[in-house]
Amino acid sequence: MKLKEVQRILEAEVLYGSEFLEEEVQAGFGCDLMSDVLAFAAGKVLLLTGLTNSHVIRTAEIIDAGAIVFVRGKRPDKTVVAAAREKKIPLLCTHLLLYESCGRLYRAGLPGPSRRRG
Amino acid sequence: MDRAKEELVLNFQVQGRDFQGAGVAASQIRRVLKQVGFDPQVVRRAGIAAYEAEMNIVIHAYRGTLSARITAQEIEIVAEDEGPGIADIELAMQEGYSTAPPEVREMGFGAGMGLPNIKRCADGLEIASEVGRGTTLRARIVIKGT
Ligand SMILES: Nc1ncnc2c1ncn2[C@@H]1O[C@H](COP(=O)(O)OP(=O)(O)OP(=O)(O)O)[C@@H](O)[C@H]1O
Ligand SMILES: [Mg+2]
Repeated sequence: MKLKEVQRILEAEVLYGSEFLEEEVQAGFGCDLMSDVLAFAAGKVLLLTGLTNSHVIRTAEIIDAGAIVFVRGKRPDKTVVAAAREKKIPLLCTHLLLYESCGRLYRAGLPGPSRRRG
Repeated sequence: MDRAKEELVLNFQVQGRDFQGAGVAASQIRRVLKQVGFDPQVVRRAGIAAYEAEMNIVIHAYRGTLSARITAQEIEIVAEDEGPGIADIELAMQEGYSTAPPEVREMGFGAGMGLPNIKRCADGLEIASEVGRGTTLRARIVIKGT
C-alpha cells in the first residue's frame, strides 16, 4: 500500500516525508512496545504507535520500517522529527485510535507482518 | 591481500542509563553493514541483535562496549559490560522475563523480549555472566553462500 493511501485512509497529517508518499509498505504493525516491534515486525512495515519518543525512530530504523504513524493525536517533539528526517523515515499523525487505525488499514488490504511468534 | 580473510572491527562505548545515546552504536554498525553490501536480511538480523544487546547494557548495566567483528563469512556482535550480571541465564532467556524498572517500560522497553529476539536473529548465541561483575554476550550471524 502506498503511503499516500495510508494518509488518506487515516486522515493523517504528514509531519515529515511528503516526498515519500508514493513509496509502498508491505505490512502494518500496531504497538506501543518497542520490544515487541523488534521481535515481531518483518518486511517493509508501517509502524503505528502512540509512543512519540526518540526510541521509536531508532527502533524503526533498526527494523527498516517504511514509515511511522503516530495515533491518538500524539505528536512527537522537534528533536524526534529531526531524527526521523536524518534517517529518512516518513512520519504521519492521525487523530484516530490505534485499534481503528489498524482496522481501517487492514480492511483496505494492508496485512500484518508474516512472521509469527517463535 | 586475501579478501576472504579481511576483517573489519567496530568498537563503541555504551553508557548505562544513557537513554539519549542508546541505539547509536547499533545504528552505526548497521550502516557499515549496509555500506559493505550485506544482504538486507543479514543487515536486519545483525542490526536487531546489536540494538537489543546495546539496549541491555543501557538498561541493565553500568557501562560497556558493543563491538562488531565483520568478515565475509560471519558477523559477530559482542556486548561486554560491567554491571550486576545475570544470576540465572536460562530464566533471562525466557520470553517475558524482565527486571526492567517502570520508567524503562514507559519508554517501550522491558518486555523481556530482547534476549530471545537476539537468539532468533543469530545463528549462535553465547552469554557468560558473573553476578556483581558483568556480562559478555556473543551473537554470531553466519553469511550463507560463502
Ligand atoms: N547486560 C545485562 N546485565 C544484567 N542483566 C541483564 C543484561 N541483559 C539482560 N539482563 C537480564 O535479563 C533479563 C531479560 O533480558 P531481555 O533483554 O530479554 O529483556 P529486557 O531487557 O528486560 O526487556 P526488552 O529486551 O524486551 O526491552 C533482563 O530483564 C535482565 O534482568
Ligand atoms: Mg533487553
